[in-house]
Amino acid sequence: MSSPTSNCPNCGAPVQFRWSSAVQTACPFCKSIIVRTDLVLENVGKIADLPPDPSPIQLLTEGVYRGDKFQVTGRLVYEYENGSWNEWHIVFSKGASGWLSDAQLQFAISFMVNPKEAVPSQDHVSRGKHVQFGGTDYEVSTLTVAMYKGFEGELPFPYYGKSDMLFADLRTSGKSFGTLDYSENPPLLFLGEWVDYDELQLKNVRQFEGWA
Amino acid sequence: MSSPLVAPPVVKSKSLHCPNCGGPVQLRGFGHALTVVCQQCLTVLDATTPELKILQHVQEKYRVKPLIALGQRGKIGGTTWEVIGFQARTVYDEGTAYTWYEYLLFNPYKGFRYLTEYDGHWNFVTALEPQPVRKAAGGRGAVVMDGHTFRHFSGAEAQTTFVLGEFPWRVKMGDKVVADDFIDPPLVLSSETTDDEITWSRGEYTPGSEIWKTFSLQGSPPPPKGIYLNQPSPYGKGSMWRTFWLLVLALLLVVMFFAAMNHGVVVFQKTYSFSTADKGEPSLVTPIFEIKGHGAMELNIGTSLANDWAYFNFALINDDTGEALDFGREVSYYYGSDSDGSWSEGGRSSSIYIPALPAGHYYLRIEPEMEAKDGNRLRGDWVNNMNYTITLRHGVTNATWYWIAGLLLLIPPIFSAMRRKSFETRRWMQSDYPPVRSGGGD
Repeated sequence: MSSPTSNCPNCGAPVQFRWSSAVQTACPFCKSIIVRTDLVLENVGKIADLPPDPSPIQLLTEGVYRGDKFQVTGRLVYEYENGSWNEWHIVFSKGASGWLSDAQLQFAISFMVNPKEAVPSQDHVSRGKHVQFGGTDYEVSTLTVAMYKGFEGELPFPYYGKSDMLFADLRTSGKSFGTLDYSENPPLLFLGEWVDYDELQLKNVRQFEGWA
Repeated sequence: MSSPLVAPPVVKSKSLHCPNCGGPVQLRGFGHALTVVCQQCLTVLDATTPELKILQHVQEKYRVKPLIALGQRGKIGGTTWEVIGFQARTVYDEGTAYTWYEYLLFNPYKGFRYLTEYDGHWNFVTALEPQPVRKAAGGRGAVVMDGHTFRHFSGAEAQTTFVLGEFPWRVKMGDKVVADDFIDPPLVLSSETTDDEITWSRGEYTPGSEIWKTFSLQGSPPPPKGIYLNQPSPYGKGSMWRTFWLLVLALLLVVMFFAAMNHGVVVFQKTYSFSTADKGEPSLVTPIFEIKGHGAMELNIGTSLANDWAYFNFALINDDTGEALDFGREVSYYYGSDSDGSWSEGGRSSSIYIPALPAGHYYLRIEPEMEAKDGNRLRGDWVNNMNYTITLRHGVTNATWYWIAGLLLLIPPIFSAMRRKSFETRRWMQSDYPPVRSGGGD
């Protein structure tokens, strides 16, 4: 099975999807944002240059989570008043899609979830509020207004044309955490856990001057 | 199937210039910094702007020299950390300033840690993402984390009184947070509360000497003063009373065990009658019995006394050598009832412990005494009598010695428990919950 290859609807250059389920990518030549619907590619805008980033993770970084190997295929970048953070899109060896977030080198793995429970709407989410998902109690610890700075690589869903967006951080007394992304309606829910850098056994990470 | 890896260029650290004094400003954190402070003129700069916008001017008089210089590296838990930031934070309490120092440690893969120092006491601190669960313990706050209960020690408003180097958050002098500490030595959980959020961290007490070794520092660390809030007690953990009662219980079990195991062998037993009316010599001698080997003995006198007393003179005589051991014992037993109910005093039987004697053939000379009182005084036939049984056991354990040994054994733990208690008292004297001094009057 070879990765599906098509042409950029804007410039005609070949566009390859490394991951067969990818929905959004960028043309490496003309920087168009390309969204795939069935087998048709649609040009929905231009990508912005991403700010320089000190994350040790990069596209094609590999790692292991709960015994399952994954590879980084894409990245979302957000900026807020106290810095920026990355949501790295990771694809596991069996095809599952997840997210590795890196906020000032605090790492977490999460997965998009369609909860059975009701998700509080943007007007009904506030610090200290408790919400239950899948039997776990989460507390809304922080509400963050962030700017979507852009993406690179491949994403599992179309995600573009966003600016200010609200995030609700969900914490527990343990490693479990969640995020509510209010840029969509209904909001997107991500649930996962905090992880240590070492436990991910990352390979193909970036190098830093003076830190061999 | 995958395209060849194109390794992006190595991430470089940045060197900029201070817009205030023109001096070099090095960014060691590869772009994580939001704030950087010029080491020459102490100006606080916005690291997110290319021109390093000036946020705050700071007077030289506030300068504090960090004990570990910025740029120093050391290995903790197998990871290399570099000191990239330093800040002083102060709590003002009734006119006294209490200042501690925080060193921000950085590793480009593992992130950030902190070292804190107060009066020579150090902690290695990690930010916590999980939110500890609050609970109350004994009328004061506590939090639970990973099965440990951390007791609230103190809370106060802390103010940033000096900053140097770089920070991945926005910081300037005069920043205020409410800082609370919850302890389970050698660990401390700390929360910092602002209007917007509450952040938690976990500190582990680390001796200054270890810090000095880690960062290969010259000289010796400042000697720690007083007892720090999460300094581990050199006398161990836990309540002294629990230890005490456990030891007493253990001792009791040991004594009961030996007492049960060491009834000894009955070498002589016989029942006699005694009457004050008997004529002649009141003493009697027992048949000869043999004591084999070494071992203590117990002589038991069982009587039929009722509201009466008797005195027994004994001589344990070695038939082989003629040596005699003389001893005596009073047995008395009184009982009755009065307005408080029934009562009794003394007992019908009594035991005498006899230390080990050489093996050999022995016999006992027994001479009971009683007060003649029954009968008719006028007739002059006052009389009194009783039956008694003498039992001699050989090879018994005298429990007294176990008790004495046990009590001696208890002295060190009690002493150490008292020192531990005193250590904990001194620790908590610094807290928001100073222990009430005992013996301070009723």
